[in-house]
Amino acid sequence: MKEIVVLVPAYNEESTIAEVIAEIRSALPQAEVVVINDGSADRTGELARKARAVTIDLPFNLGIGAAMQTGYRYARAHGHSVAVQVDGDGQHVPAEIPRLLAPLAEGADLVIGSRFASGRTYRAPLSRRLGMLFFSRAVSLLTGKRFLDTTSGFRAANRKVIEFYSRHYPSDYPEPEAILLLSRAGFRVTEVPAVIRERGGGHSSITLLRGLYYMVKVSLALFMGRVRRPPRLEEE
Amino acid sequence: MFSQVQVVSIAGSLFLLLLILELVRRGKLAERYSLLWIATGVVLLLLSIWRGGLHLVAKMLGIYYPPSALFLIGWIFVLLLILHFSVIVSRLSRRTRDLAQTVALLRQALEEKRSGEEDE
Repeated sequence: MKEIVVLVPAYNEESTIAEVIAEIRSALPQAEVVVINDGSADRTGELARKARAVTIDLPFNLGIGAAMQTGYRYARAHGHSVAVQVDGDGQHVPAEIPRLLAPLAEGADLVIGSRFASGRTYRAPLSRRLGMLFFSRAVSLLTGKRFLDTTSGFRAANRKVIEFYSRHYPSDYPEPEAILLLSRAGFRVTEVPAVIRERGGGHSSITLLRGLYYMVKVSLALFMGRVRRPPRLEEE
Repeated sequence: MFSQVQVVSIAGSLFLLLLILELVRRGKLAERYSLLWIATGVVLLLLSIWRGGLHLVAKMLGIYYPPSALFLIGWIFVLLLILHFSVIVSRLSRRTRDLAQTVALLRQALEEKRSGEEDE
């Protein structure tokens, strides 16, 4: 059994998926690669199978949150002790995964590859950067712990988090909320600097108008997450 | 005697109530989701027939034209119904998500089992 599983959510990523899988393989030969094909209309699933990744086809598009949770449910059922999240669009650099794994060995439960923790500037439109800053401040305020990049989907989780996320994972735009949820439930969440590439293909799922919706929806979710009683792993 | 507006509101609420009951009878509307609808129909019908009650409610709310109070009450019930449905829709979408995930995971497991058998 492979200890580490790399979860790759993919929605219409036929131009990048094979390359992403190959890169993960060369960076982390000991890991199992699982592609969660979120109802793609293109050849994403077919190409992932061809690259011999375990491929889970969702029957229709569920959104990144539910796709991610599918991966965690897989990892829970298959007994993996570490799960790494890598986007299917090629923006995450698999060679950076070992940097995410290091803090897990020192007792962290979830490690986030942060675009900002390195001190390097991340090139993105101003509106995007403002949105990211807003969420980082909001999550920092609500958790009482400083976070720099709460929208990064480049993460590594230990077994405890795998079990927690397979039961509780936010939907729609889940990244900031997923941190708050863990933090409130008493898990240790840390950030490490990571290089994030310009997008290899496809488009950001976030346009300006949807960005506004995203801000409002996540803010509400964060607020609710703060006032509601945090779920506990032991409860189930 | 009954005024024109009263006749219309009695006929309207009676029609609504009968329609709901018929839908339940035919099994097109589940009993558990029909309760709020039936309550809506009954309240509207009672206030349409019992003018004194409607006048009392209108006076309490400071509404000069009593049939307007009927509209307000109907509107409140409709709002409650919509909210009720939003709750149900949320629950259904959560369940659909769980089912879709389970189906996808089972399909993957089946696929793996089959390819394993072919290899043997």
